[in-house]
Amino acid sequence: MISQIAFVLVLAAAIYFIQKRFGRIRKNINLGKNRDFKDQVDKRLNNVLLVAFGQKKMFKRLIPAVLHLMIYVGFLVINLEVLEFMIDGFAGTHRIFAPFLGGFYTILMNVFEFLAIAVLVSCVFFLLRRNITKVPRFFNAEMKGWPRLDGNLILFTEIILMIAILTMNATDQLLQPISDHYPTTGELFFSSLLMPLFAGLNESTLIVIERFAWWFHIVGILGFTIYITYSKHLHIILAFPNTYFAKVEPKGHVNNMPVVTNEVKSMLGLVSAESSAPPTEPGRFGAKDINDLTWNNLLAAYTCTECGRCTSECPANITGKKLSPRKIMMDTRDRLEDVGNSLEKGGPGLNDGKSLLGDYITKEEINACTNCNACVEACPVLINPLEIITELRRYVAMEESGSPASWNSMYQNIETNFAPWKFSPSDRFNWAEEKK
Amino acid sequence: MNIVTMAEFAAKGESPEILFWVGCAGSFDDRYKRVTRAFASILNSLDVKFAVLGTEETCTGDPARRAGNEFLFQMQAMNNIQVLNGYGIKKIVTACPHCFNTLKNEYPELGGNYEVIHHSTFLQQLIDSGRLKFEGGAYKGKKITYHDSCFLGRANDVYEAPRALLIALDADLIEMKRSRKTGLCCGAGGGQMFKEPENGKKDINVERTEEALETGASTIAVGCPFCMTMMSDGVKNKEREQDVKVKDIAELIAEAKGLS
Repeated sequence: MISQIAFVLVLAAAIYFIQKRFGRIRKNINLGKNRDFKDQVDKRLNNVLLVAFGQKKMFKRLIPAVLHLMIYVGFLVINLEVLEFMIDGFAGTHRIFAPFLGGFYTILMNVFEFLAIAVLVSCVFFLLRRNITKVPRFFNAEMKGWPRLDGNLILFTEIILMIAILTMNATDQLLQPISDHYPTTGELFFSSLLMPLFAGLNESTLIVIERFAWWFHIVGILGFTIYITYSKHLHIILAFPNTYFAKVEPKGHVNNMPVVTNEVKSMLGLVSAESSAPPTEPGRFGAKDINDLTWNNLLAAYTCTECGRCTSECPANITGKKLSPRKIMMDTRDRLEDVGNSLEKGGPGLNDGKSLLGDYITKEEINACTNCNACVEACPVLINPLEIITELRRYVAMEESGSPASWNSMYQNIETNFAPWKFSPSDRFNWAEEKK
Repeated sequence: MNIVTMAEFAAKGESPEILFWVGCAGSFDDRYKRVTRAFASILNSLDVKFAVLGTEETCTGDPARRAGNEFLFQMQAMNNIQVLNGYGIKKIVTACPHCFNTLKNEYPELGGNYEVIHHSTFLQQLIDSGRLKFEGGAYKGKKITYHDSCFLGRANDVYEAPRALLIALDADLIEMKRSRKTGLCCGAGGGQMFKEPENGKKDINVERTEEALETGASTIAVGCPFCMTMMSDGVKNKEREQDVKVKDIAELIAEAKGLS
């Protein structure tokens, strides 16, 4: 009975913190501008199925793709067992499904154990890649401190959660012949290999270990769920909506600014009487801070798991420029969290004297982008750092007139000569007359 | 060269098969004017009925949009759309992937709806339909590598048409280690063509040229005026301009056909 009460209390506390954090994240994402996503539903669903569920883009790099697939399938399948944990926790039962499912339960548990081993091995390989073979993309400037620790903590946590499952199953099998409370599960192959470690312990010690492992696993999962809301690991949930709301136009397309279209039309006298009604407050042109971006860009920032495939493909980054597409996403998220935390405490939020452009992302970074879409192509969950870079450039160009001097000359050439270079427009057709 | 403008077609009450959108580089850049003439001479040799806008053409606004100046982009776009719609243009072919991308993907939202084709795709269609033929392999066994333009490749998924042309020319096509979807940018996109690069360890075009030279190819084929400039500068930087040439695919075809 005590354990049932404890379980309910632990679960209630976890749910409270989880919904509080997700509520905050939701509010933070809603700081962004509204945008409609009712178009091209087929393409969007297709992206969710192929890219998120199907992991299609992960397979551009085979080794991490296979390791990641193991953890992903393990996550989806092993979590089915949480259902049984919940019922047992509430009802004070033990392995409630075992007697009902019989031989199928044995198969199911063996599948879970196989996946637990696969997850464990994959996490060990990932730790080795991060810390021993030092895959370069985990060592860029933005990966110092918390981001690197975060990556290691996630892998370490997943390893000990898997060890808890196997320990639980090993001691459980030792208890089955000697205690009525433990229904038979049939032989569980991987955990039975651990049984010699616990052989010879008396019943009460085994129960303590089994119970500890059970509690460790369920509290661990709940704690981990709270942890990921502070971590890059949120992609396990947000990758699904993010692929739905990702860009479906060709990558070369830049989002239109209808506000500008209206102004340009009226300047050119192309506006009919009814549409020339005084425009509503146009707001800012481009983006200086997170609330100038559309909410899907902010969702993308929370979705980023800092794998760095974007940065490792970025021509500017490869050649030593300051720009890193991953850092653009990390900065956007950091700004969101800073603003959100401030609002949570009743602080000034967006009006704290800082902004995304300037205090988090510098002009030098956005000016280095070649719009080549390599980062967009590389992202396994369809994040688009280029959309954010373009919005920041728009703010600099149109609100600050702060583009680099040579860009200002280019604008001037287009305005006066209708070409980005200083040539006379009357010479435009000379190529047809000239000899080579 | 006999080039007919859209105004002349309209005056005769005729309409061309295609409008050839020359682009600013194709009109003013000495190197790329040669590509414009090569492509026009191919079209003329096949009696393709095409028109150009001549002095009525202006910048699509692409560099302004990507640098952030949306006003200037839309001013340019609206003016161009007025001209194009005024002539009732349906089909546009261009040798510039930046113009191609903007005309194809960004003008529809502003009222300009056209079928827009890159010249590599158009040339491939001419081969497929049997209008453009080659005798004897002018480039047989010649090592050529193709550099993907970002605005053609990743931006619009045109990877195969330029390669199909090189294969039709019997060239020995060698891929760089980064190609197609992972092709490395030449460094000129997103307005970089019009400014000095930010501080770094290396220029992007040098990095890309090194990859191209590693293939051992004697010709680097390109399909974009900015890539042409960047790769040519890269080859000069590596002091290889004697033995390695940077050429547009239209130039290679014009040479094979004895048109240049």
